[in-house]
Amino acid sequence: MRKIEAIIKPFKLDEVKEGLMEIGVKGMTVTEVKGFGRQKGHTEIYRGAEYRVDFVPKIKIEVVVAAEMVAEAVKVIEQKAKTGAIGDGKIFVSSLEEVIRIRTGERGKEAI
Amino acid sequence: MVNTGDTAFILVSAALVMFMTPGLALFYGGMVRNKNVLATIMQSYIIICMVSVSWTLWGYSLSFGPDVGGVIGNLSWFALRDVGLTPSADYATTVPHLAFMVFQLMFAIITPALITGAFAERMKFKTFLVFMILWSTLVYSPLAHWVWGSGGWLAKMGALDFAGGTVVHISSGVSALAAVLVIAKRRGHGKEQFIPHNVPMTVTGAAILWFGWFGFNAGSALTSGGLAANAFVVTHMAAAAAGLTWLITEWIHRGKPTTLGAASGSVAGLVAITPASGFVGPVSALIIGGVAGTLCYLGVLAKSKFGYDDSLDVVGIHGVGGTWGALATGLFATVAVNEAGKDGLFFGNPAQLWIQFISVVTTWVFAFVMTIIILKVLDATMGLKVSEEDEVRGLDITQHSETAYNL
Repeated sequence: MRKIEAIIKPFKLDEVKEGLMEIGVKGMTVTEVKGFGRQKGHTEIYRGAEYRVDFVPKIKIEVVVAAEMVAEAVKVIEQKAKTGAIGDGKIFVSSLEEVIRIRTGERGKEAI
Repeated sequence: MVNTGDTAFILVSAALVMFMTPGLALFYGGMVRNKNVLATIMQSYIIICMVSVSWTLWGYSLSFGPDVGGVIGNLSWFALRDVGLTPSADYATTVPHLAFMVFQLMFAIITPALITGAFAERMKFKTFLVFMILWSTLVYSPLAHWVWGSGGWLAKMGALDFAGGTVVHISSGVSALAAVLVIAKRRGHGKEQFIPHNVPMTVTGAAILWFGWFGFNAGSALTSGGLAANAFVVTHMAAAAAGLTWLITEWIHRGKPTTLGAASGSVAGLVAITPASGFVGPVSALIIGGVAGTLCYLGVLAKSKFGYDDSLDVVGIHGVGGTWGALATGLFATVAVNEAGKDGLFFGNPAQLWIQFISVVTTWVFAFVMTIIILKVLDATMGLKVSEEDEVRGLDITQHSETAYNL
């Protein structure tokens, strides 16, 4: 099993979600996050004074998939979240030891 | 003789002016960080309660009571003795004296509340309460007497201040300057960024101020008729023009037209037209407001030049806007609008500008010196600023044990 964490532009969330559902991903967790990478922040203006805001709002998606699905899922996220401009985000893939569905007690792949 | 139309008008105007202070609370509250929003709103709100009590007991009598040497009223109207259902002999002679008293109370409330923007996010609440009672008694009441009281020396000299350019705006703006020179800066000032936590709240507050200002200026005619209509119209025109010029100035200077700028500009225009509203016509109002928008924008920028921490720009808007308005009254006033007024420089009477100048300088010096003295005494006895730890946690939780947003 693999956990995919993707940091993407907020307006790309719907496309990514739909793309993942099409290939059979059944659930995901989404968080509003802030951070910076190469894009850096932006400037805000209040009463003539400029303020640097370093942390840019992003969306973090967490998806857990079976190992054989990971390549396809990553490809979907990559395609759907891409604009070509700086700040498109990153995808992190890591292996996952255990998944448990709380309601039934199922373990492993069955619980995804 | 009580005139029912005038009485209805003054009572409604008083209610409108009352509503300005909660509006100010929102205007200021939106500009602070979310850990200080309740404390900021509270400062305005509690002034409504506190000054209402002190005004009833001694404030009104000191401001408008029988004159002592042109400088202060005596205490013979203590606890509103002799202030009743029949008109006063000297003020607003067509409405019950009580109606005039309560209309004036609303001015006495909002003036100290304006100062709170200067030391927002850092003052001890207990010291704040004492400061405001002292300021209202020792600064506001004498000034109100000089300018509006029967026998007041600035009134006798012929200074024109229709609705409070000197008494309300210069006094609060200058006291704000004095306050930020005495009260230490916010922790992290100049390094950290203090970004407004809720601009829509601020714009809502600005809109309430604009709305209430019709009572403030038109009501200052003290009778419902042509003069009140003139004040109403010029108030609106100045606010509109200033909202535009601030927006354009900021757009040129920083490349973006901001919502906060439009709101701030309209308030600057309202400040500037206040002393002039009963003496100038609509076109003059467009000019007075238009200049105010740009001038106050530059006034706000000045704080980063000088390095003082006027949190919410009371000096830049009320000090600069009030001063401009008082002087502009000496330029644009015309007896064509108000027979009881005077002509200004542009209408052939340059002497009026000099009189306005004297009243401005007097107000500046008096408000500045008195505020410094009061705050120095309080600093030595009670302390002005919260501890650094409390400041970091925020005033809402440390001064009031509340948080604004529990989401």
